[in-house]
Amino acid sequence: MPSCSVNRFEQALRKHGRGELAAERLDTLQVNVGRLCNQVCRHCHVDAGPHQTGADVNMGPEVAAIVERVVRSGAVRVLDLTGGAPELNPSFRRLVEAARDAGVHVMDRCNLSVLLQPGQEDLAAFLADRRVEVVASLPFYRRDRTDRQRGAGVFDQSLLGLRRLNELGYGSRDDLRLNLVYNPTGAFLPGDQHALEREFRRELTDGLGIAFHQLFCITNMPIARFAEWLHRSGNYESYMAVLANAFNPAALEGLMCRNLISVAPDGTLHDCDFNQMLGLPVSAHVPRHIREFDSAVLARRPVVTDSHCLGCTAGAGSSCGGAVT
Amino acid sequence: MQDPYYRREHLAQFSAIGESRPDLAEKFFAYYGAVMGEGTLSAREKSLIALAVAHAIQCPYCIDAYTKGSLESGADLEQMTEAVHVATAIRGGASLVHGLQMRGHHDQLSM
Repeated sequence: MPSCSVNRFEQALRKHGRGELAAERLDTLQVNVGRLCNQVCRHCHVDAGPHQTGADVNMGPEVAAIVERVVRSGAVRVLDLTGGAPELNPSFRRLVEAARDAGVHVMDRCNLSVLLQPGQEDLAAFLADRRVEVVASLPFYRRDRTDRQRGAGVFDQSLLGLRRLNELGYGSRDDLRLNLVYNPTGAFLPGDQHALEREFRRELTDGLGIAFHQLFCITNMPIARFAEWLHRSGNYESYMAVLANAFNPAALEGLMCRNLISVAPDGTLHDCDFNQMLGLPVSAHVPRHIREFDSAVLARRPVVTDSHCLGCTAGAGSSCGGAVT
Repeated sequence: MQDPYYRREHLAQFSAIGESRPDLAEKFFAYYGAVMGEGTLSAREKSLIALAVAHAIQCPYCIDAYTKGSLESGADLEQMTEAVHVATAIRGGASLVHGLQMRGHHDQLSM
């Protein structure tokens, strides 16, 4: 939630003698193709769900065509597709094809259950054929905690999705990367990423025969649906204090905003997906829409911050690739 | 309002104990950190042990800290509840096994 007055992240930077945050390069184009999703998760920072069908919240073919042009230009090394369930956008497969044609690595932020949706029966094979890296959300290795956050039955569907990916070689072959994303199911930080990965491996691999490459631990951002829950449950202030007390200057170097630009469904540019959801565009001194994309300028832009950025610098730090220290 | 013996903010302020005899505090916190880090036991297992001990010694600060610590390290409510039952069983068992002392005294004193 944007703060009314005080930017607590900026306060933390000053306290540790750090200057303003700025990008240092541009490797990744993270494209949020929309809020349409087959799940309704309690922590979702984009308020995604099956009801989000409007043209105002999902990327149309015109903007997707501009994204495709940028990707084909070779301006970035990685295309990171997110949503909602990005696979449900009609432009998803076209963007994947364009990126792979251009030799760009593609990451699909997949909720797993989408692999079982009617009309998506061939999705897993499509991803495997194009060597798309799958970054799959699975908040916990137990049914009760997963279903409490993501909806009844989601854990079992996720396992089915994982097995479908495993059958194609995902999780075991080097060219078919399958990484899992863990996020806490409440107002607490993720524990040590390596230790949690061992726990996930013990339960999922040893216990259920599920193969995966890495576990990414991501801190819940105090925005949108999760912030609403924090307020409702009386946890907001204590959670913000936990994030502020756990501020780790070492995490600043690896922050995703330093090498990534986030594209909204309408083509506007943001420093990250979280800023996008808060309606915070990139600095007014740089291009603010994908049609004006200029990688050299964007690679050196100042980063727009607010109190929620403490979520990315708490403890071991947090990014779309998990812990950053 | 009555000043409570236990104050929630003391947990976050724990390091202030080092304002006197910082040398001792430093040794304690270094030892604490070394004990609770990953070892032959996982962070999750150590958090669950700490949670059980917290209940055995009935320390509200420790219950607060290791409920959160257990969740952070990947334990779930079932495991945490089992840990509390372990503490309860040991505490109860410790009382009950002293019953053998009682029986010994009884037999000594009785005709």
